[in-house]
Amino acid sequence: MQGIHKVYDTGKVKVDALKGIDLQIQRGTFAAIIGPSGSGKSTLMNILGCLDVPTSGVYEFNGERVDGLHHNRLAEIRNEQVGFVFQNFNLLPYATALENVELPLIFKGVATKRRHARAVELLEKVGLGERVSHQAIELSGGEMQRVSIARALANDPSLILADEPTGNLDTASGRGIIELFEELWHKGHTIMIITHDPNIPKRTERVIHIKDGLLYEVGNGNGSH
Amino acid sequence: MRAWHFFKYYLHDLRKQKKRAGLTILALVWGTFSILMLLAFGEGITKQLDKARLGLGENIMIVWGGQTSVTFQGLPRGRKIWMRPDDDKLLERMIPEIKHAGGEYHRWGVDLIRGQTILSQHVTGIPPSFEEMRTHYPSAGGRMINDVDVEKRRRVVCLGYELKNKLFGEEDPVGRRIDISGIPFTVIGCGQDKMQMGMYGGPDVDLAAIPVTTFKAIFGDQYFDNMVIQVHDINQSEYVKRRVYEILGAKYKFSPDDEDALGIWDTIEGMKEFNAMMFGIQIFLGIVGGMTLLIAGVGVANIMYVVVRERTREIGIKMATGAKRRHIMNQFILEALLVCFTGGAIGVVISALTCYLLGLIPVGTGNNPMNWLGRPTISTTIGVIVATILAAIGIFSGLFPARKAATINPVESLRYE
Repeated sequence: MQGIHKVYDTGKVKVDALKGIDLQIQRGTFAAIIGPSGSGKSTLMNILGCLDVPTSGVYEFNGERVDGLHHNRLAEIRNEQVGFVFQNFNLLPYATALENVELPLIFKGVATKRRHARAVELLEKVGLGERVSHQAIELSGGEMQRVSIARALANDPSLILADEPTGNLDTASGRGIIELFEELWHKGHTIMIITHDPNIPKRTERVIHIKDGLLYEVGNGNGSH
Repeated sequence: MRAWHFFKYYLHDLRKQKKRAGLTILALVWGTFSILMLLAFGEGITKQLDKARLGLGENIMIVWGGQTSVTFQGLPRGRKIWMRPDDDKLLERMIPEIKHAGGEYHRWGVDLIRGQTILSQHVTGIPPSFEEMRTHYPSAGGRMINDVDVEKRRRVVCLGYELKNKLFGEEDPVGRRIDISGIPFTVIGCGQDKMQMGMYGGPDVDLAAIPVTTFKAIFGDQYFDNMVIQVHDINQSEYVKRRVYEILGAKYKFSPDDEDALGIWDTIEGMKEFNAMMFGIQIFLGIVGGMTLLIAGVGVANIMYVVVRERTREIGIKMATGAKRRHIMNQFILEALLVCFTGGAIGVVISALTCYLLGLIPVGTGNNPMNWLGRPTISTTIGVIVATILAAIGIFSGLFPARKAATINPVESLRYE
């Protein structure tokens, strides 16, 4: 990722959310993105996850130039190569845990039987084998976040992006979620977590610091930055 | 699973905006009802008119002798053409495209006497083929003029429905005697009460029909008053007409191109015009109904815009997990269709019920207004038309909200509360 700029044009004012970000993430990295509110963390994550496009700059994802791609191709990348985990979970509230996890598989066009099996397998993996047919609104915060992690993993993506995944959780569930991420990292997933939580950067491999739309420090995690 | 999931969301959406959904569905029900009833009445009237048209006869033309308007083979203009009693047989023999041909005599103001009742009536002499050609079907218990009656010049009469009522009331007339022009006749049957649109000489329900040979023997007519010709195939009517001019022209020495020499009333031509007209009326009624339904479509579009706004977050979630624009669009168009068909289905049920109930009202027989209006009919064609219009409105009213949904910025929609 080179020279990424993102300008939000609200009509009256132009906001420079990102002012030239150069960043390279290796496969299998476990990174934390930290920074104060409004520093551009979320914008960076949205661009990394192909949910948003940069105003200018070059972004290469798995060897493919992403900036300026057609919206259908971007949807495919999000579907197959990126998994999102949000602070507020963003589950379909009236769908069951299973249906939520199936969502990316549906858009990929996976046949019903395989889709089912895969979703159940993922829910078991995140420790929710018992909760398969519960509606999302019936689950606790920690459980919902596990469902959304299972959903993020559905198509075995090369990048998992988590935006404040523990922000709405109590300490115990939050710790559980971080442990789950660690576990996934050990299994070879690339994970980036945006966070305010000071405990998370201590456990990650890399720490990326953003302030005022600029990347000004890429430190080493594990408490050593 | 997916269908069920979709349906669950549909119900959820409707529940969330009960009043709006209720009104929209009401509009759809009303629209569907309007279009269905308009078309059903149109269909009903067409059917009744068709029946009435058949009161005169199907695929027939009626031929009168005329007056020549051009000189031919040295003969002057203005000669009257009279058709002789064997002309019907001649035409039947010469033109294989003709199914039946039959000559007919008329006399008006003939005394009909039964006991104290004296009527002055229209009497016609007809061959047996009129039963089929002119739909002179007898009601139960009686019969029409047959070949033996004609051959033996029997003094038998078949009475029209109204005439029978005037003479006999509720009594069974078959086998009874009446006097026609002072000569005793036996009643062999009476006609059915029928709707009749086209007529010459008078309605069939007022007619006293006797065998053609008997008529000639009593009244001494030398010439047919008219002939009735029935063709096998309606597409051959033009050809048959042409041949009639040629054959009778050769016999009576007039030019086959002299249109005035014979008067021909081609009911087949009339039927084609009639069918085209009824089709036009049906289209008009369909358009009027379609307009009503279109208004309901505006309601559906409105409701879908609200649904899209309320489900902005869901759209964002789906986009984040890899939904393409068409996935999002399909979902909302499908939902608009479902709304349309929900209203449509209720409308269809109500319309079918209305038609059924109207069908229970007795409308009687013969020529009365209820007989024309009182039989709305929902046919398969109407069903297909209405379903198509509903689908078109569903797609159209879902299209714009769905487009809006599909072009939502996923980043903002995920932040949407």
